Amino acid sequence: MPWLHWGVIAIVLPLAGAMSCFLWPRRAIPLGLVTALGIVTCVAGLGWQLVEQGAQRYAVGGWGAPLGIDLYADGLSLLMLMATAAVGLGVSIYSIGYFNREKARYFWPLWMFLWAALNALFLSADIFNLYVTLELLGLAAVALVALAGGAEALTGAMRYLLVSLLGSLFYLLGVALLYHSFGSVDIAILAARVESSPAVWAAVGLISAGLLLKTALFPLHFWLPSTHASAPAPVSALLSALVVKASFYILLRLWLEIFPPTSAVLGQLLALLGATAVLWGGLQALRQTRLKMLIAYSTVAQLGYLFLAFPLASITGWTGALYMLLSHAVAKTAIFMAAGNILYFGGHDRIADLDRVVQRLPLTVTAFALAGASIMGLPPSGGFIAKWLLLEAAIRSGQWWWGGILILGGLLSAAWVFKVVGYAFTRSRAPHESRAVPVGMEWSALAMSMVAILLGLFASWPLALMEIGLPFGGKGAE
Amino acid sequence: MIPAVLYALVGMGLFALGLFALIVHTHLLRKILAINVMASGVFLVLVALAARTRGAVPDPVPHAMVITGIVVAVSATALALALMLRVSAETGRAELPEEPLE
Amino acid sequence: MKKKSNKPKSITENGEREAPFRLLLAVLLSALAAGLGYAVLSLPSPPPGLSSHVAANLETSGVSNPVTAVLLNFRGYDTLLELGVLLLALLGVWSLGVAPEHHEPPPGPVLDMLTRLLAPLLILVAGYLLWVGAHAPGGAFQAGSVLAAAGVLLLLTGWRPGAGFSGLPLRITLAAGLGVFVVVGVVLMLLGGRLLEYPPSFAGALILLIEAAATLSIGTTLAALFLGGRPEAGPRR
Repeated sequence: MPWLHWGVIAIVLPLAGAMSCFLWPRRAIPLGLVTALGIVTCVAGLGWQLVEQGAQRYAVGGWGAPLGIDLYADGLSLLMLMATAAVGLGVSIYSIGYFNREKARYFWPLWMFLWAALNALFLSADIFNLYVTLELLGLAAVALVALAGGAEALTGAMRYLLVSLLGSLFYLLGVALLYHSFGSVDIAILAARVESSPAVWAAVGLISAGLLLKTALFPLHFWLPSTHASAPAPVSALLSALVVKASFYILLRLWLEIFPPTSAVLGQLLALLGATAVLWGGLQALRQTRLKMLIAYSTVAQLGYLFLAFPLASITGWTGALYMLLSHAVAKTAIFMAAGNILYFGGHDRIADLDRVVQRLPLTVTAFALAGASIMGLPPSGGFIAKWLLLEAAIRSGQWWWGGILILGGLLSAAWVFKVVGYAFTRSRAPHESRAVPVGMEWSALAMSMVAILLGLFASWPLALMEIGLPFGGKGAE
Repeated sequence: MIPAVLYALVGMGLFALGLFALIVHTHLLRKILAINVMASGVFLVLVALAARTRGAVPDPVPHAMVITGIVVAVSATALALALMLRVSAETGRAELPEEPLE
Repeated sequence: MKKKSNKPKSITENGEREAPFRLLLAVLLSALAAGLGYAVLSLPSPPPGLSSHVAANLETSGVSNPVTAVLLNFRGYDTLLELGVLLLALLGVWSLGVAPEHHEPPPGPVLDMLTRLLAPLLILVAGYLLWVGAHAPGGAFQAGSVLAAAGVLLLLTGWRPGAGFSGLPLRITLAAGLGVFVVVGVVLMLLGGRLLEYPPSFAGALILLIEAAATLSIGTTLAALFLGGRPEAGPRR
């Protein structure tokens, strides 16, 4: 039983960290960093225990489902927690230099709440508890966006809040219907009891709609670019890397466990929307004149790939989608950090005026290019492995056209990466003032991009971890 | 039809009505109110369906869920209102700018 | 969001959407409501629920009001996170800036008398609701809201917390609900149980302790949210 103490501590520790940062704002940075290191340790401990003992269930309060709330950890939750820990540690180090003292007082407690929400979400096995974690996540994300100040960020935050609340309400209404149909909100119990009925179909529709809105799948992506682009750079990284993935994770879990197996048409529809997102997001990214806006549109495109696995419905397909999620999380963090460095350095992010930034910020441009290679899907990056798995699954299931989308999307990503890197080498007509970028910000961007490449070189380890508890191995796998 | 189901149907109606108002109105205060109407609809569905057995004690679990939901809704509304005030102080309008068409 | 391609401006001068769009939307949403209503009517007839589970375990939960038992014991973890949401909302509001200066008119005789009468009464009611929640409708959230009402009344009369209170003491009061909950949960874990696994003989006392802290925090937080920003002399000092 001691195993999930690690998981529980990974939830409780950031909450405690948030409270201590709130109580002693002048010590927020050291308190936050200590908490961040503690969480990384907990996730590592949990990983070790899952490897030793397999997937685990934990009854909070000792009651057990259906009366109490259960936590559940398998390979899928573990990889999400690990991605969160990696990105979280990077962002924590990056933000030391990024925020001034006044902003840091609020950034740290909000960020700790966000981290607590993410960890709680990835460990929860209870769909009502997931609603509470979704709200905790949403409010923390909104407040973090607004931290940038100014009209753009405030309206972005406002739109994000409304969208987030709307999505949560759709989700909650679906939960209400499921509870009143089967008398439980535990995922495993629901999986055992679920059978097709009008109420279940309404619940599937409501929950999917709410979560797709939060995941910003085309055409529900309308809120994402302005919100992700106007947030402070470390927050943009968190939003693109982790927050949108959290609602995708819930959708994936429910899809694998609860939703009726006859939802094949819905799977085709999701993949079609995903394919449109890949092409539309890629084209829009190319058209942008501002760097952060471009990166935000690329997130729209990259989220599309995740949905290509739904009609394939094979273990290889799901693994590919999850690997795509991981490598995008890491690579996009590096790219937003690099964009933040450029913005910090020159005071603007107009792509045409990058002004030989490669000479002034060589580490940052290297990070951008390395992470860009992973986004394109070039070997030996994590993105390459993910696309390879998805391609294999597509061909094996006889639906090769989804593979065509992978290649087209890769070409579109390559076009914008080369465009930005190209401008980084050219002299601008309007030279501008600049200020030195803190060392930690440059190195954390580079470190994250290295992780994106390493995910390709050492793919066998995460792929092995994914198999703990066989999350994709069929219904109700324990 | 027992009254509990009728209340649940009203809750569904409130949900749709709130969604209509959320889309149609542009003023942020109205949008926030619309979200709250939707939330009330969801809570009504949850609580009403807990009392479907005539005469029996209603199921307490949805009641607890609604209390949790209300606190979440209050928190979100407070943040939304404060944010709305900042938006209108910054832009002079308590409205969201129209999305660019593409 | 949704726009007709031939009409790029679907917003009229007073900022409301045009009639055809509204009609279409009304039709669509009526269909949605009808579908959801049909789903409600199709729900299974002996309603499945957890009433019997709750009743069977009420003895060991430490309280006799089933809703409080679910809220603070069976699903106490939800409530813990939800106190986090409340504190987070306050933090978000504070991060937006200092509370806007409202020049309240000096309270008239009615408001003045009313507040003098009601504020102590509301505090008393809050205490009662907190206590009664163990065996009858009531509890921390109801008590906290009543306490907040007293706070809002005081704020309306122009009262503001003194500089001595608006720093760390205020922040401790705000965080107490979540803090006590987390500490209780973790201590129980250190004693060999699981998170929030109350020993039945102490459950009642622990729930009351958590609820008391939560009431104080909820009341203070809601009243602080009413101000719409952080207090001037707050965390800046």
